[in-house]
Amino acid sequence: MSATIDFIIDDKEIQGRPGQTILEAAQQNGIYIPRLCYREGLVPHGSCRICTVLVNGRPQSACTQPIAPGMIVENDTEKMNGLRRNIIDMLFVEGNHFCMFCEKSGNCELQALAYRLGITAPKYPYMFPKRDVDATHPDIFIDRNRCILCGRCVRASRDVDGKHIFEFVGRGPHKRVEVNAEANLADTDISMTDEAVEACPVGALLKKRVGYAVPIGQRLYDHKPIGSDIESGVAPASSR
Amino acid sequence: MAKPKIATTSLAGCFGCHMSLLDIDDRILKLIELVDFDKSPIDDIKEFTGRCTVGLIEGGCANEENVKVLQDFRRHCDILISVGDCAINGGIPALRNTIPIKECLEEAYLNGPTVHNPSGKIPGDPEIPLMLDRVYPCHEVVKIDYHLPGCPPPADTIWEALVALLSDKPIELPYELVKYD
Repeated sequence: MSATIDFIIDDKEIQGRPGQTILEAAQQNGIYIPRLCYREGLVPHGSCRICTVLVNGRPQSACTQPIAPGMIVENDTEKMNGLRRNIIDMLFVEGNHFCMFCEKSGNCELQALAYRLGITAPKYPYMFPKRDVDATHPDIFIDRNRCILCGRCVRASRDVDGKHIFEFVGRGPHKRVEVNAEANLADTDISMTDEAVEACPVGALLKKRVGYAVPIGQRLYDHKPIGSDIESGVAPASSR
Repeated sequence: MAKPKIATTSLAGCFGCHMSLLDIDDRILKLIELVDFDKSPIDDIKEFTGRCTVGLIEGGCANEENVKVLQDFRRHCDILISVGDCAINGGIPALRNTIPIKECLEEAYLNGPTVHNPSGKIPGDPEIPLMLDRVYPCHEVVKIDYHLPGCPPPADTIWEALVALLSDKPIELPYELVKYD
């Protein structure tokens, strides 16, 4: 087997290594493929479908699909970004995302993707579901209003922290993140330093007493769209 | 040729978006050269005097009066713009949307810890606009042509959008001017 695999993303010839996913190889070549449930260091989930690209005309999630010689990938096209906008729209209307007072605003990956894709308002009707908040733990809280069910906390706690604190419960619109304990987050052995807390892309799993510490104008996505670091080659290439 | 006309209103909003409009500073003098204000809290004209080019809507629809005003704006304005998060997604008033309206009213007028209401009744005077079951974003009530998010949208966002519209150009806002907070 050759040491490199040649393929094409949006008319650009790319070289990747055997075993890499499309997303990893693209990132190494300075191409950003939008993603939400993917996080470097976690086992890819392939569930949010934001990273969906067309591979030889077929939709595939770039975070799980391995590269193959000669494949033709369509990523940054009006069609794919339109589909991504639809997913982001749906995520916004099926939760309660009050960006105006959310501690995560400015550092939120869901919001940043909406900014990058140029969304000014979702096209679907808002559902305003009733969701629970778990503020029982002294240092960390869960706000399920903001949860997008990406499963990053589930995987981080299971695979990185080795604690198995979070798991999905229920199906369809009733699906939610629950804790693996008698009752609440306070009954688990989660700690501030857990990767699970860092892994949340939105404001669903947050540390207490550190909100709004970074002023508006200095937050992650205030000036540059999400993915700019990858596109400018600043981000460390994904090599896992 | 007569100047194009602008109308503005605050539905279930806090007037913060109107403050942001005023925050365009001395450009407001240029705005007055470009347009006339029709129905708006800025000049206190209560009813439409004619057709308007642009209508700016702050706030969502929390009661029947909000809906009537919004429909009135749709009838009178060529272009209707949702300005700010309340108009776009209900905003802070929409925090009540997960609580049944009966519970909201009982908490406000009967059971709340600071309530003083010797009558023991929830106000029901026909003069008071009836509350809706929940707060609705404007685009779920009438057709909205443009959305300017933010809480409030920066003055520059409102200014850039207005200038583009008045000079017949597409609204192309830079990345930093479209924010949800």
